[in-house]
This record gives sequence, structure tokens and C-alpha cells, in this order.
Amino acid sequence: MSLKIDQDHGRFRQIVRGRIRQNLRKYISQGELVGRKGKDLVSIPIPHIDIPRFRYGDKQRGGVGQGDGNPGDPIHGGDEKQPGQGQAGSDAGEHILEVDVTLDELAAILGEELELPDIQDKGKNKISNAHDRYSGIRRVGPESLRHFKRTYREALKRMIASGTFQHDKPVVVPVPDDKRYRSWKTVTEPVANAVIIYMMDVSGSMGDEQKEIVRIESFWIDAWLTKQYKGLESRFIIHDAVAREVDRDTFFHTRESGGTMISSAYKLCSQIIDADYPPDEWNIYPFHFSDGDNWSMDDTLACVDVLKNKVLPRANMFAYGQVESPYGSGQFIKDLREHFGRDERVVTSEIRDKDGIVGSIKDFLGKGK
Amino acid sequence: MSKFALNTALPRYLRAEQERVEAVAREYGLDFFPVIFEILTYDQMNEIAAYGGFPSRYPHWRYGMEYEQLSKSYEYGLSKIYEMVINNNPSYAYLLEGNSLTDQKLVMAHVYAHVDFFKNNFCFRSTDLDQKGNIIDPVRKTSPYDPDRRWIDKMANHGARVARHIERHGINKVEDFIDRCLSLENLIDPWQPFSGRGTTKKGDEEEDEKPIEVPRLRAKEYMESFINPEEYIEAKKKQLARDKPERKVPERPERDVLGFLLDHAPLERWERDVLEVIRDEALYFVPQRQTKIMNEGWAAYWHSKILTEKILDASEIIDYADNNAGVMATAPGRLNPYKVGVELFRYIEDRWNKGRFGREWEECNDLDAKRSWDMRLGLGRQKIFQVRALYNDVTFIDEFLTPDFVLEQKLYTFGFSGRNDRFEIESRQFRDVKEKLLFSLTNFGDPYIRVIDANHQNRGELLLEHQHGGVDLRADYARETLVSLVRCWKRPVAVATRLDNKPVLLRYDGKEHSMTPYKL
Repeated sequence: MSLKIDQDHGRFRQIVRGRIRQNLRKYISQGELVGRKGKDLVSIPIPHIDIPRFRYGDKQRGGVGQGDGNPGDPIHGGDEKQPGQGQAGSDAGEHILEVDVTLDELAAILGEELELPDIQDKGKNKISNAHDRYSGIRRVGPESLRHFKRTYREALKRMIASGTFQHDKPVVVPVPDDKRYRSWKTVTEPVANAVIIYMMDVSGSMGDEQKEIVRIESFWIDAWLTKQYKGLESRFIIHDAVAREVDRDTFFHTRESGGTMISSAYKLCSQIIDADYPPDEWNIYPFHFSDGDNWSMDDTLACVDVLKNKVLPRANMFAYGQVESPYGSGQFIKDLREHFGRDERVVTSEIRDKDGIVGSIKDFLGKGK
Repeated sequence: MSKFALNTALPRYLRAEQERVEAVAREYGLDFFPVIFEILTYDQMNEIAAYGGFPSRYPHWRYGMEYEQLSKSYEYGLSKIYEMVINNNPSYAYLLEGNSLTDQKLVMAHVYAHVDFFKNNFCFRSTDLDQKGNIIDPVRKTSPYDPDRRWIDKMANHGARVARHIERHGINKVEDFIDRCLSLENLIDPWQPFSGRGTTKKGDEEEDEKPIEVPRLRAKEYMESFINPEEYIEAKKKQLARDKPERKVPERPERDVLGFLLDHAPLERWERDVLEVIRDEALYFVPQRQTKIMNEGWAAYWHSKILTEKILDASEIIDYADNNAGVMATAPGRLNPYKVGVELFRYIEDRWNKGRFGREWEECNDLDAKRSWDMRLGLGRQKIFQVRALYNDVTFIDEFLTPDFVLEQKLYTFGFSGRNDRFEIESRQFRDVKEKLLFSLTNFGDPYIRVIDANHQNRGELLLEHQHGGVDLRADYARETLVSLVRCWKRPVAVATRLDNKPVLLRYDGKEHSMTPYKL
């Protein structure tokens, strides 16, 4: 059924998208969007399009509330939406509207903004995996799955309805008909068929600011590739003079000092691919971020060797992002360009500061590989 | 009957319930317009709610924004709209399809109380229309009271008018102007309909064009040209014309800025029409904003009374209680008008039942005596009916909020603590609570803005004044609003206000904003 509101809603969406478009650079660089909530839902605080009026300034913030607590106690959830009854909007809201955008929508907007082409899938069979999820209630089931609260409630309802409930002696006895059981549904989920292997240089010369850039950038890469593939895995490698695999959290929060042997990371990356990701079933995306300050030319040559012979034949592409740092020489990107200048599978990008993130995402994903 | 092409008539079993609820409501003394119930799916409900209850309003993106918010929050299970009721004669009420029967009965009882409130509360008389659909002077009340409130039709007419302008001038141009007008939407005088002057003032204008009379000395006819020589009379006339005090526009400061713009701004015809639509609709929603707490409290009071005393049977009571508790729930940092309203009505009923009012009660200092005070007057019901007719939120809170009530209901004030970067409870003192509550209700928490001078500095500039009551205007918003005013006035506009304790004049001349110190 087509609703009259669709027209107005479409217009609003256009305006909002326009807004996101204009401010997208700002949002990405400020990392305002990185609040990932739940499984795949991101809540971006897009300012409600507030028509400016004569109104009071900030000093008026606050009001009257109801409930427990002493003066000085914080108010929790003051911004939460109130469940329950709502009435037609006779007064304009004072609140900020949080437009929830699913990660999918977000990626679509990103794709639109950066004019990213859709990725050409390698065309593997999609393998699915089944598992059970408890999501419903039924009248029959094993006793071990009995839902006590629901059963009790049914019994109470029945007793009240039939008049056998005694207020002075509130005993509730369920009969078999009252019993309720949890029930499950079998959900099939496609197995991940793309993997991103993030590698990051954590040598002394990579500061917090550089790591923040990597974090934001990897969020957007995740978002885009998740839209392109039904399932997506991420692996994380950090390296200084030696490389090791870590979890996401460690990846973004490790600070180490020491030298830089980039080849160590590439070797580990190659081993991971060997072990877990047969290239005819997986789309493989290695991303490497560094400040470009490798230990020696020898090591750089070792890197080129590993890339050429082990990584590139199996990966969709190899992306190298060089974050500018006050300490790094920035030599590595030049070396890579020298050796792989014509190779389409190698994408290099220099990221000067947070504002450079958008450009580098476009560099990385713009080829549609 | 209903113009919108929705098949929304009530199924028979709900019609039967409606008749039952209606009969009970009448028995209790509620006095309402006829109510037409319609049943909607959730997306129809969200759509109509986004349009503020009117399915055929003029098109505008903000309804789309509202819709997105409503439908998203419904889809994620954050909230749902159980009912909506439109102040119209007959009143329309919308039920949500798929609600349980208990919920539907609750909603019906709730709706009848709302409609009783629409009909009887004095604020809503400002939405009475005349035959041509103009807002009329509501001071005279007819008996029996059956006013014309065909706002559904009126809003649909507005929709058609705006649609016509869009067709002629293009959506972007018209929508842009609507945005400008909406930015001025709150610059109306909520009491203007009660001033007895009609919606826009006409008629004073002929008065001032009387020819100037020069007083003549008495003289015989043949002496006239000597005693009152023509040259002297002419000179005097000129002098009088020069000295005549410049007629000030407006004569008195004018709160109805929108009305003032309609009367005096050099608007094109379609612009004037759009502005008139915005102003009429803003005035329509005024009474609902003035009585939010009372209206919801009144409806909650009655749905609970009607349902628990007459309608529900034992098997439904748990569902009812569950739902009712959801409606009455209070969230931190937010005042639930349903809860405060219903508690205050019950509190008043209890006080008047027990005779806890009047001089004797006020002067009694014996806590124990007060606690057991019961004169068995039984005046409670009568009193709350009177209150629902004669008060609005401001006077309701001002008169009936007592220290006992604040304590009992655990009311507090909260504010933003810059030090801790969070909202905190500030006080539980009666004075503080009442002050803050009244502040937020007075003029709907908006600043008072008035037109002072339409010919400021003799340059045709518009001067407004913000009556500073202790809180500054939000400066960036004020600047944007000035842009909207210039769009209508087409000459520079300034507003006199105070920022950081200094009187300043914020001015926009169509190109640049300026801020200068100012002395009124």
C-alpha cells in the first residue's frame, strides 16, 4: 500500500542523505560513527533537522523529574526514549533525534558518497551453517525447557477467570494445560567467505593519533566489505621486529617500542592464509598500516618477495596504508610503488591526517576488487 | 464521512464495546462530542501521527522526519502509539489494529475523557470556527454547546491551498518558505483568540485619516478673514501636521508576531496564504500544549475509573494493570504527564472529599490533626469537573501543587552539572520544583518575543524585543530566526535582548549579522 507519507519521507531522506553527504568527511574523521551497538546496528547521532526558532540557550537545560535519588545523584538514561504510550505530536520535540542507520545503510551511503563499485565476487559456493536459537514459546516441550514465568502467569489467569483464585490464600497451582515451554528455531547462516587480515606496525614511532586513524579506517573497511559479503572474518596482526596475531582489542590498544621488520608480518599473514583460508573458497583482503619506516633495505626486499610469491597470488588485493608520523621516514611506500607500480592488485595510499581517511578508503576500495 | 480512503470502520465486536464504554462514560457525567473510531494498522497509525493526527495536511518533509522516527522506534520495539484523538467536532479517534481487546477498551475510555476535555476546557474554545472556517471570538458560549470544529476539513483545505502554490511556484520555493515560516511558528499570542479582535485585526486603519482641524476664534462672518486669516490657518495646519505625533506601528507591543507580519509585511499573495496556514495551525495546537498534563491526567483518571469499576471482568484485570503501569511509568529525567496529571487530579479529589481546603485547613498547624482531617464533604468529583473546565497546566500546577504532593510523588529538579558532565538531581525543595515546573510550562518554555516598532530608526526596519526573564536566547538560533524574519519583512530586522547580562541588539540586514550594545 502506498502511503501519502512516502512522499514526505522520501524528501526527508534526501535531505538527510544530503546532510550526511556534506558532513560525511567530518563524521568519518571525528569518528563519531564508530559506536557499534548490538550486532549490526550503529546509532549515529545525526542532528534532528531542527528548525531554528527563538528559544532559550543551554542554561535552561534540565527540568523536573520524578523518582528516587538524592540531590547530586546522576540521572541515568535521561535521553532514553520513553516506552509506553505516545500521543500525536502537538508540540515540537526538544530532543535530538537519533536516526538509527543499520550498518548496511551506512555502507550504502558510504558507497554512494565515494562512488565505490560493487565488488566482483570470486564466485565461490556459499556454504551455510545451521544453529538453533531459542526465540519462542510453545505448549509442548521437554520439562527442562519449561518457562516458569509464563506457566505461572497462565495458571494465574486461568484461576482468576474460573474464580478459583482466593485472595486470602494466593496459591497458584498449574495444571498441564498451563505449561509453556521455550521453543527454538533453526537458523542457517552463511559461513564467512571473505577475510580481512589487518596488519599494523606498533613500533615506537606509531603514536596514538596514528592508531586512531587506523581504527577509524578499519571500521569503514569493515562496514563496506560486510555489505559486500554475507559473512566476514577479521584477523589481526601486530608487528614490530616480530609479528604476532592478536584479537581486535589488543590490536588497537597495544603500544610497543622497538624496531620494525615488516616482512615478519607478511610472513605471518601468509601462514594464516595457508592454514585457514584456501584461496579458492575465500576472498582475502590483507591490509597493512605502517608509518613506512622499515628496519633495512634487506627486509624490504624480503617483503617484496613474500608479497609477490605468497600473498598476491591468493589475495583479491593487497592494501598498504601509510600513516604520516613525525618519526617515520616514509620510505616503504616508495619501495612498494617501485616494485609493484604496475600491479593492479597492490593499492597504496598515504594518509596524512584524519581528513585523509576518506581519500584513502576510496583508494583502497575504489577498484572493486 | 471520512475523506481519507481507508477502510477503517470498526468491526462489530468493537462497536459493541464502544457503545458500552460510551454509556458508562456518560453515566459518570462526562460530556463529549460524538466520537468516530477508526481502526488503523501500525503504518497508517504512524503516518497519521506524523501528520499530527490529520491525514490530509500540506506536504512537508518534517512529517517524513516524524514518520521515520515513529516507525523506526516502533520497529525496534521502543514505543508504539496506542491511540490518537483529534480535537474536532465530531471527534476522530484512531485505534491500533492488533491491540488486545482490553487495550482497546482502555483506549476508548481514555478517548472519551479526552473528548470531554476538548469540549469543556475553556482553552479549547479558541478552536471554534465560524461558517467560513475562520477562528472566531470564543468568548460567547452557546447553550447547548455544539461548536463548529471541523478542523479535519480546514486542514485538508490548507493542504489543497499549499498544493496549489507548489504547483505554481515549485516545491523547493514553497518548501523553503514554509521552513522560514515554521521558524517563526512559535511567535504567536496564545491568548489572541480571546482578545475579541478576530484573528487578524482590520478596521482601525480608517480612523487616523481625519482631516486636521485648526481651532478658530469665534468671529462674526464679516470679521472672519481678519480674526482668522487664511494664511494663518494654513500655516497652523502645516505646523499641526508636522507636530502630530508619528502614529506608531504597532501602537502597543505586539506578541502576535505572525499576525503582525500578515497585516504589515510586504508579502506576495501566496506567501501570505502560506503564512496564514502556518499561523492558523499553530493556534490550533495551542490549547493542547497548554493543557498537556491536565488533559492526559484527566484521561488517565477516567480510563482507570471506567475500566476498573464498570467494564473489566476479573480475567482482564492483570492485562489491564500491566498496560496501565506501562503508561504511568516514569523515566528518570522526564516528567510523565499522564502520571503527574492523574495523581494531581486524584489528590484534588481526595482533598475536596475530605474538606482539606479553605482557611481553616490552611491555618491549621497541627500535623496530627491535618493527617486525620476528614470532614466527609464528598465534594471531590464536583471539584475535579470544575478544575477540568477552568484551568490550564500553568494555573493547575500553580494552584494545586502542594509541598505534600511534591514529597509524596518524589518530584525533583535536575540540571546539567558541568563539573561532572552529566545530568544530576538538583533539589527536592517544593519551591524549586514548582518554580522550574512553572517556568517550563509558561509560554510552553519559549521566550517572550514582541514587536516593538515597525519603523525602527525611521528606516522601515522591524524591531522586536525579547522580554528577558533571566535566561538568554540561544544566539545561533536567534540569528537564523532573524534570517527568516527578514525573508518575510524584506527589510532589516533586529531583536533587542540580553546576552551575558548585557543588553544587546541582534540585527540582520539581509547580508550580515551584527550585535551591538543597546539601550531600549
